[in-house]
Amino acid sequence: MAVEIQVRVNGKAYQHSVEPRLLLVHYLRDVVGLTGTHVGCETSLCGACTVVMDGKTVKSCTVLAVQASGSELTTIEGLAAQNGNGGGLHPVQEGFWEKHGLQCGYCTPGMILSSVQLLKDNPNPSEAEIRHALAGNLCRCTGYQHIVEAVQYASKKTKARKTR
Amino acid sequence: MAAPTGYIGRPLKRKEDPRLIQGIGHYVDDLRLPEMHHVVFVRSPHAHARIRSVDVSKARSAPGVVLALTGKDVKGVVGPIPCAAVIPDMKQATRPVLAVDKVRFVGEAVAMIVGTDRYAVRDAADLVEVEYDPLTAVVNPEKAIANGSPVLFEQYKDNIAYRWELEGGDLKKAFAEADKIVKERLINQRLIPVAMEPRGVLANYQPGEKQLTVWSSTQIPHLLRTQIAAMLGAPEHSVHVITPEVGGGFGSKLNVYPEEALVAYAAMQLGKPVKWIETRRENFQTTIHGRDQIDDIEVAVKKDGTILGLRVKVIADLGAYYQLLTPLIPTLTGLMMCGCYKIPAARMEIIGALTNKMSTDAYRGAGRPEATYLIERALDLVAAELQLDPAAVRRKNFPQPSEFPYATPTGVIYDSADYQTCLDIALKKSDYKKLRQEQAAARKQGRLMGIGLSTYVEICAMGPSSAMPAGGWESATVRVEPTGMVNIFTGSSPHGQGQETSFAQIGADVLGVEPDDVLVTHGDTTAVPYGIGTFGSRATAVGGTAAYKALVKVRDKLAQIAGFLMKEEPEKLVFAGKKIFVKGNTKKSMTFGEAVGAAYSAKSLPPGVEPGVEATTFFEPTNFTFPFGAHVCVVEIDPETGDVKLKKYLAVDDCGNVINPLLVDGQVHGGIVQSVGQVLFEEAVYDEQGQLITGELMDYAIPRAADMPWMETDRTVTPSPVNPLGVKGVGEAGTIGAAPALCNAVVDALSHLGVRNIDLPVKRERIWRLLQKSAPTASRRAR
Repeated sequence: MAVEIQVRVNGKAYQHSVEPRLLLVHYLRDVVGLTGTHVGCETSLCGACTVVMDGKTVKSCTVLAVQASGSELTTIEGLAAQNGNGGGLHPVQEGFWEKHGLQCGYCTPGMILSSVQLLKDNPNPSEAEIRHALAGNLCRCTGYQHIVEAVQYASKKTKARKTR
Repeated sequence: MAAPTGYIGRPLKRKEDPRLIQGIGHYVDDLRLPEMHHVVFVRSPHAHARIRSVDVSKARSAPGVVLALTGKDVKGVVGPIPCAAVIPDMKQATRPVLAVDKVRFVGEAVAMIVGTDRYAVRDAADLVEVEYDPLTAVVNPEKAIANGSPVLFEQYKDNIAYRWELEGGDLKKAFAEADKIVKERLINQRLIPVAMEPRGVLANYQPGEKQLTVWSSTQIPHLLRTQIAAMLGAPEHSVHVITPEVGGGFGSKLNVYPEEALVAYAAMQLGKPVKWIETRRENFQTTIHGRDQIDDIEVAVKKDGTILGLRVKVIADLGAYYQLLTPLIPTLTGLMMCGCYKIPAARMEIIGALTNKMSTDAYRGAGRPEATYLIERALDLVAAELQLDPAAVRRKNFPQPSEFPYATPTGVIYDSADYQTCLDIALKKSDYKKLRQEQAAARKQGRLMGIGLSTYVEICAMGPSSAMPAGGWESATVRVEPTGMVNIFTGSSPHGQGQETSFAQIGADVLGVEPDDVLVTHGDTTAVPYGIGTFGSRATAVGGTAAYKALVKVRDKLAQIAGFLMKEEPEKLVFAGKKIFVKGNTKKSMTFGEAVGAAYSAKSLPPGVEPGVEATTFFEPTNFTFPFGAHVCVVEIDPETGDVKLKKYLAVDDCGNVINPLLVDGQVHGGIVQSVGQVLFEEAVYDEQGQLITGELMDYAIPRAADMPWMETDRTVTPSPVNPLGVKGVGEAGTIGAAPALCNAVVDALSHLGVRNIDLPVKRERIWRLLQKSAPTASRRAR
């Protein structure tokens, strides 16, 4: 009882026949082969599986692959290529590196994509707004402070790039 | 602090990060092998039950299933879970890899299904038929050790795993001379570690080569390898353990689990790769829990706040079975119960209780947060009782810097410290006097503001082998390749701590090269000499020292070769800027690469010097290290709802010399927030039937970004004399210091209403009830 789906992931078109119950995160990891999207809780509570679907972040552990058919998806692997930085790191990725915004790195792809979404919606967020926007992404290592600094770094950097 | 001249001490960006921020690192679940099979475990829904039968026949014939195993199938074939801890007269509570006759906690595995497709094996698991005869669950540890309780292990008459005592000093005298005896019952609730990456195992067996390779998300690759070999009866050198990226551990992966041996066994049976990835629910039910102590404390004090003695009775809930270190963990509370105070006499009695729950074991801090919590709460209880300032009581009881090394009555020797200075900095930076004034003003307005202190000492850099079940040393091999590129192979097994960077900083400074020239390899039992692993804040102090000593050996050899070629005394040579030159005369030099090349071409070596550039060290520390610090926390409680808002957090820590301040701050932040979780939100709750009702992240809240204020950190630096780097360790400091600081703040906010203690976690409901009971005036005034 397979279903045909078509998606674009990080700018590349895919067509697969999948079980209707296949989760989007398993589709991305096991079928497309992009393992940067992590599974942390299977219940949409931790945010490790966050990806961008048609311009909005979703938790791919609670989206079915068939629901994503026809969508444009961005995963962590596609972020650098899409930021108009000549394939260099996205400013948010840079921020996480500069400010030590990660330790074990498991929550990081989801955390970065949620931060990218935040800065898209609100390019100049306050500390409180950053903390609020990351409420759906859990990190057990960093205590979040360096993550907040990473997002602040990216916000400044993006602004500087635009005014240049 | 002097500015660093080399790379040690600098906030270098991590070498680990580029792969992790682009999603191109590899955790166990990211590994794929051809013909890889998948595993699902069938687990007990009962906390305590006799197993009448396990029927896997339908599952075995389900589509895609290739293997279905029960406890009977593997009994005597795959050995039980090892426990390295030994306590005199301890009962045995051995966990089989699959339950055979009885299940003793919810989530205990009774069958294993292996098949070609992840979803298909999950379907097949539903076809397994298990008949249970449920028994009364033993959940409350106090009831568990009482007469007449049902027993978990029928060969014994009760559930008391062991009794353990530790006493030092003249306790009778202390209590006889006391002006007051302050008593309290303190609860250190059961916690769930929640590493963001659940556990996972992949195994592959090559029958021709007779090589078993196991990839596991673990903190202890070598110990795991030894244990897997023992459990499977395989020669140890035929087992190869690799830890790829590990997504956090916090002690929960400092263990040996049934799945690690069973997945390996299945791979050997099938001759195919087999993978199991833990679900979050399984992670909650079947990965070790932490803490879970009831501590009845009695403190003998003089009127002026001098502490004369401390007596603690502990009931430690061990859960159903022993994992690797389960029985040992509460005894660490005993060693550290006196905290950073000169307490002349102390006694601890521990009763280990067996209950129908998941095992407790090492969770970030492992027995020491419990010690710090009880002594730091005790200090505040004493201050409240004697109407003294909590800071003054602490000051009164500190040993002075000249008294180090300082021996406690519990038999521990603290290496070096200046507790007073650390507290003074914390009080000054937080403007403690002004905070107290603000608090007085707030109280007049009916606002509930609280200020909490904790001054802690912890025992780290585990540790001398005499005190460690599997040895307490660490290993390192340094190999410089013919091109001058440096490899450090470390027995430490970092899982987020950043040692690929900090060890490269050490390597760069010792050999005078760049950190980018130094590659740190870990977590591969074939590549790396036998190591102990990463836990107990030991990686830098013990593993880093091993790396340092191996680096020095390599430098000494290269100095001999370079000295021979340059016709100079090797002792006069300096390594810097990728050059080797004579001290004070940079003109006479050769490059680092030339010296290395000479060692490999071996055409012109000094007499008696072997070719090659490689050295191995096994570093055995002479003592633990004892990091310390002072934390100040300010909270405000909503009198209407009992909601606790963290307003301010300041941590002044001393972890000895610092290799990378960025990484140290990260460890401190993360540690603090983990304890904020313990104090405000987290609690593993089993109901009376032994069901884990906080079995998902929906029911077990860990801190989110918005739960925290901006944390301020500062440091004092008291180098440890125990290792040449002078480092102490920082992995657990935040966790150990923070819980009492925050709880003290919450109690302080309510102290004028007659509240002297609140059990953890101090959830808003608990506070609200206290407010209703003790202070109708407080909430009325706030309106």
